[in-house]
Amino acid sequence: MNTVLSRANSLFAFSLSVMAALTFGCFITTAFKDRSVPVRLHVSRIMLKNVEDFTGPREKSDLGFINFDITADLENIFDWNVKQLFLYLSAEYSTKNNALNQVVLWDKIVLRGDNPKLLLKDMKTKYFFFDDGNGLKGNRNVTLTLSWNVVPNAGILPLVTGSGHVSVPFPDTYEIMKSY
Amino acid sequence: MIVSSALMIWKGLMVITGSESPIVVVLSGSMEPAFHRGDLLFLTNRVEDPIRVGEIVVFRIEGREIPIVHRVLKIHEKQNGNIKFLTKGDNNAVDDRGLYKQGQHWLEKKDVVGRARGFVPYIGIVTILMNDYPKFKYAVLFLLGLFVLVHRE
Repeated sequence: MNTVLSRANSLFAFSLSVMAALTFGCFITTAFKDRSVPVRLHVSRIMLKNVEDFTGPREKSDLGFINFDITADLENIFDWNVKQLFLYLSAEYSTKNNALNQVVLWDKIVLRGDNPKLLLKDMKTKYFFFDDGNGLKGNRNVTLTLSWNVVPNAGILPLVTGSGHVSVPFPDTYEIMKSY
Repeated sequence: MIVSSALMIWKGLMVITGSESPIVVVLSGSMEPAFHRGDLLFLTNRVEDPIRVGEIVVFRIEGREIPIVHRVLKIHEKQNGNIKFLTKGDNNAVDDRGLYKQGQHWLEKKDVVGRARGFVPYIGIVTILMNDYPKFKYAVLFLLGLFVLVHRE
């Protein structure tokens, strides 16, 4: 019984050290890779409304609607240590109220094994684009970029921004809400 | 000797990363499929690091002990550096406003415990087992104590 226990003990310790070494290997072989790829973004439609922010503080704020296209090939990012990519399209702009605003408009999870070529056309935003105030009206420069969070099997969690962005101006007037 | 060196390593990590808990275990499934219950996250909490959308932050809600690991969805930062932001779990359908305090719409820098920079899967499952099944915790402690007493060479 003694030898069974000591054999089980050394087997357990050995497998633990092998797994630890493999995990560290996964991490160190991919820690310094450049995870950026070129991205093509295009905005097809913008609309602006001014309504009470029903998602949060109930003040009248600017609400933007954007339709966009994304073209990107993410195939080169996936390797043995990438479990998934969390893609997010964010809009960045500055207003009188706030020097920097960033709003995530849309996101998507791409697992290893899913189709890595993105060819999305005329997509609607997933999340409401509310500003903190009325800073979208007449805003000359709202920049949209596609970024992703690389989730490894083990190791660093980098945030990478795709090269390629699009800046759009927002309209100077609000669309009237039609009520019946 | 082992206890004091473990303590030194832990405190050293706290200083290097600037966070009061540099390693956390993921407790819920709200960030699946990226993180599952039992995964380990390495955090840093350097004040100079700006909070930007897409980052995974670990934060505590005022009055609650349990830290939450979610992703930043929206930020509004003023000229003087004051920032307010909104978070959402990847696997949740809605943002975290339902989790915040009554009347609280935004999180601030002071609520942040750290930012997730690195990740190792599965290792933290022991902590979860010990929390969910206290009998298991007592059994492990009992066996460890027994081992220390019996193994005297």
